[in-house]
Amino acid sequence: MNSKSKYVAVPYLAWMVIFIVVPLALIGVFAFTTTVTCDMEGNMLTDEEIAEYEAYCEEEGIEPEYTERTIFTVQNILDVSKYSSVLINSAWLALIATVICLVIAYPLAYMISRMFYSRQKLALMLVMLPMWMNFLLRTYAWMTLLEKNGLINKFFGLFGIGPFDMINTQGAVVLGMVYNYLPFMILPLYSVMTKIDDRTIEAAQDLGANGLQVIWRVVVPLSMPGVATGITQVFVPSVSTFIISRMLGGGTNMLIGDLIDLQFLGNAYNPNLGAAISLVLMVFIFLCMSITNQLDNEDMEGVLL
Amino acid sequence: MKKIANKLYIALVFIFLYAPIFVLIANSFNESKSRTVWTGFTFDWYVKLFNNEVILKSLGNTLIIAAVAATISTILGTAAAIGIYNMKKITRSLVINITYIPIMNSEMVTGVSLMLLFVALHIDLGYLTLIIAHITFCVPYVILNVLPKLRQMNRNLYDAALDLGCNPWQAFRHVIIPEIMPGIVTGFLMSITYSIDDFVISYFTHGSTSQTLPITIYSMTRRKVSPEVNALSAIIFVVVLVVLLIMNFNDLRRTKPKKKKEAAR
Repeated sequence: MNSKSKYVAVPYLAWMVIFIVVPLALIGVFAFTTTVTCDMEGNMLTDEEIAEYEAYCEEEGIEPEYTERTIFTVQNILDVSKYSSVLINSAWLALIATVICLVIAYPLAYMISRMFYSRQKLALMLVMLPMWMNFLLRTYAWMTLLEKNGLINKFFGLFGIGPFDMINTQGAVVLGMVYNYLPFMILPLYSVMTKIDDRTIEAAQDLGANGLQVIWRVVVPLSMPGVATGITQVFVPSVSTFIISRMLGGGTNMLIGDLIDLQFLGNAYNPNLGAAISLVLMVFIFLCMSITNQLDNEDMEGVLL
Repeated sequence: MKKIANKLYIALVFIFLYAPIFVLIANSFNESKSRTVWTGFTFDWYVKLFNNEVILKSLGNTLIIAAVAATISTILGTAAAIGIYNMKKITRSLVINITYIPIMNSEMVTGVSLMLLFVALHIDLGYLTLIIAHITFCVPYVILNVLPKLRQMNRNLYDAALDLGCNPWQAFRHVIIPEIMPGIVTGFLMSITYSIDDFVISYFTHGSTSQTLPITIYSMTRRKVSPEVNALSAIIFVVVLVVLLIMNFNDLRRTKPKKKKEAAR
């Protein structure tokens, strides 16, 4: 192939610019602008002036006429801070879900990676199967279980305890996140752990490491890239979900995702504010990613040394 | 003792993963509309499901959109990968980094950004916008699957084909394509899967008549009780199970002879 073959990428480059770069730029544009009402000469009107003008029009029996102008503003970004409790809550719940996923997935991935080859395949298939079902159905399944007279409360009822309020709580939202994204933690962990040679572990044991030391000083450092990938793959969808919180949180536990949805397709229609929140969310996600990448790289260097 | 503890742990995690799904499936045969009282066995919900035109139409939409989006993504992405492979280092890393954005970014931000674009361009939300959106998040998967195959390929193969009298198209068709075929197939299959499964991006880019199955499922779950969703889950579960079993079976068949050879050595 020669340097001319690079031109076959041109259709994609055009696509990439129009449908990846421009839309992201639009989010930036919307986030930093707002639409103001102006008179026919294009002068900005204050709320009082509009009220005055409308009263005048009503008296005279004419239709009020306006033009609209888009102006630069940082107000939207400042307004995002009004919702800081929602942002903090989202990040907090996503963090808890990520930690729980890591704690559940880490031993499981290790155990699977030490099984016989055919067993490994079966176990992986069982991990992936729920992942292939639509997440709406998986979340819906928990609605059934967590309800006031749902199966779990019936089960507790057999022992004469409960019923507990489980659905529409923050705990239910975290549970939904853990349930939906657990496979995304297991798979990357498994894929790095399966590459750890049995002989490496045996060598550590021969050199006098006990079980805990083998895990902590050999397996954990070698699996760091998987941990970093797993954390990103669980945290990013958790922090920006809007369906799990709506279905299991009952709409009372609003997350960033719900807030954005509300600005674009909900009652609080305000695409400028929505874009500002999206921008904040995006910057936050990429910041988190660069931190996890850092963690991954540093540890890799440590291993190489 | 340790082994039993391990097995118990694995069993517990799998119970956690599967119990909710099995409850759904069991409920799909429950005569009662209530999700907690068992009144008798029935296939009624399945019959209702297959007579539900909204569901059937959205299923059709999902399949058509997935097929169109995955096909276009595969062609666009394969061409892109070949082009990117031949770019200078700086342009290449720039293009690859931008290509990663839809994969790394939150689906919600991607969906919202595309919606803003369509609204700004005055394109009515519908089939066209859905297909564009699906292609946009599928192409990166094709590119990232084809690029490694190109890197593994011997660069001289193409020149050798030209020396042996192929014209560039023939060399491409008979030498390069077969070399990168596994990457193209994986990219295509991933595109199909992601397209069928996507809810969030479709949610922001669909029109009122172009609902896909996940969007229909969403509106069904908004109503508190809808046993048809249970029946649908059961069917999807069985379909996914069959697909995975076939894939696994093929995989085992392919790897088994290799294992024997290794043992022989």
